[in-house]
Amino acid sequence: MVKVTIDNIEVEVEQGTTILNAARQIGGEVVPPAMCYYSKLPGSGGKCRTCLVEVAAGSSADPRPMPKLVASCSTPVMDGMIVKNKTSDRVHENRGGVVEFLLANHPLDCPVCDQAGECHLQDLGYEHGSQKSRYEEEKRTFEPIDIGDTIKLHMNRCILCYRCVHVADNLTENRVHGVLNRGEQAEISTYIENAIDNDFSGNMIDVCPVGALTDKTFRFKSRVWFLKPMEAERSCNKCSGKAVLWMFGNEIYRVTARKDKYGEVEDIDGKPGWICNDCRFENKEVSKWKILGPRVIDRHSVISQGKYETKIETSTKKIN
Amino acid sequence: MESLTNRKKVVSNKPMTFIEKLYLPAIFSGMFITLKHMFKKKKTIKYPEETRVFAPVYRGQHVLKRDEQGRENCTACGLCAVACPAEAITMVANERKKGEEHLYREEKYAETYEINMLRCIFCGLCEEACPKEAIFLTDRIVPTEFERGEFIYGKDILVESIEERIDISKRQNTGKRGVV
Repeated sequence: MVKVTIDNIEVEVEQGTTILNAARQIGGEVVPPAMCYYSKLPGSGGKCRTCLVEVAAGSSADPRPMPKLVASCSTPVMDGMIVKNKTSDRVHENRGGVVEFLLANHPLDCPVCDQAGECHLQDLGYEHGSQKSRYEEEKRTFEPIDIGDTIKLHMNRCILCYRCVHVADNLTENRVHGVLNRGEQAEISTYIENAIDNDFSGNMIDVCPVGALTDKTFRFKSRVWFLKPMEAERSCNKCSGKAVLWMFGNEIYRVTARKDKYGEVEDIDGKPGWICNDCRFENKEVSKWKILGPRVIDRHSVISQGKYETKIETSTKKIN
Repeated sequence: MESLTNRKKVVSNKPMTFIEKLYLPAIFSGMFITLKHMFKKKKTIKYPEETRVFAPVYRGQHVLKRDEQGRENCTACGLCAVACPAEAITMVANERKKGEEHLYREEKYAETYEINMLRCIFCGLCEEACPKEAIFLTDRIVPTEFERGEFIYGKDILVESIEERIDISKRQNTGKRGVV
């Protein structure tokens, strides 16, 4: 066990834990945002640079500060390390710069995008983004393409976090999509627009931090803040069958995996709760699900906007 | 108890005098006030033949704007509906097909868009929430109807026609969103 101080809060974590995960053990405001790191996907992280933090003292053995900001998702903690995230102006300023770069080619079509309301880039832009873009060049544009008949890819919105690639690497031996080309031309694509037909390919939608990969069966159906998320389960021989139904009245508009406050799928029985395409796309009749109750949602989230009922239900749930 | 504000009036119960009991002086002074008003300028107007001049920021009937090329601005993002405190707005979105680029500005558009004018309280929050400068309140009055159903305004009433544009340039929320 090593001791590390993050934003003046001391925490004891296991050797080899990254700064980000140590901060998550504290929780709350000290947790740096992460666009590409996904704890359930080995190999992810280190790409988006939004989780940069300042290390004021490297370790108790060598207490010199690190000269540059470090990516907290891939830097392991050392004993006696002092990390500054919220308390550092440098971090705040740099994160604003990173967000500006992420938004340089982003189309800012949130009113159209299905991810709006649960988008991490939106949160980041809200916190760090500037009112005006300084980017004068034309934004790169791609036509939206279908990868498989259930997933739509909007390459315009992609921030190249590689999470979807890691999902494919985790779930299948032969992944058929990846990042093609380099630098500014880099894009997520399949080999000659090959359709992706893995049973778990729909999880790409859940891991995508922006609206690049969206559910075609839910495309433009509604906005997330008009829907009511309900926890539900069904017996499924491919996955755990535990999911969240996004309901409007008595209709199921969309099915997603259960996600925690960092936007990552929750562990179910000690394993990441990925759901299969049957649960996600094929079973949208209420009779096929056992509805367990409303999902607890942060009351500051736009998703809980205007849902007086949900607020009462969740608050009573908390009391009980 | 001593009054703290000293604004209350003490009611007197003293009996009326003989002159006051006749009521005539009071009647005449009242009639005189009525007569005086007959020679003053009228405060009312003959609506609908005459109409008043509205302030450019008056909050009346809504309009869904088109852009310079005549394409609808609204993308059915739903922010007006979530901002609406009276729950008056509802919409169904649809995807723009190839060949419809001259009709709708973005790849998503409102297939139906309804405002219930009986619910609407004309607060202008929809106008404020709109990220696309699509919905504006105007200085037009919502006409009266005999049936309730006619107060649900669809896109046929709300969207401005290409020939007869509705000027909203003097409103406070125009041009608030710069080009990004």
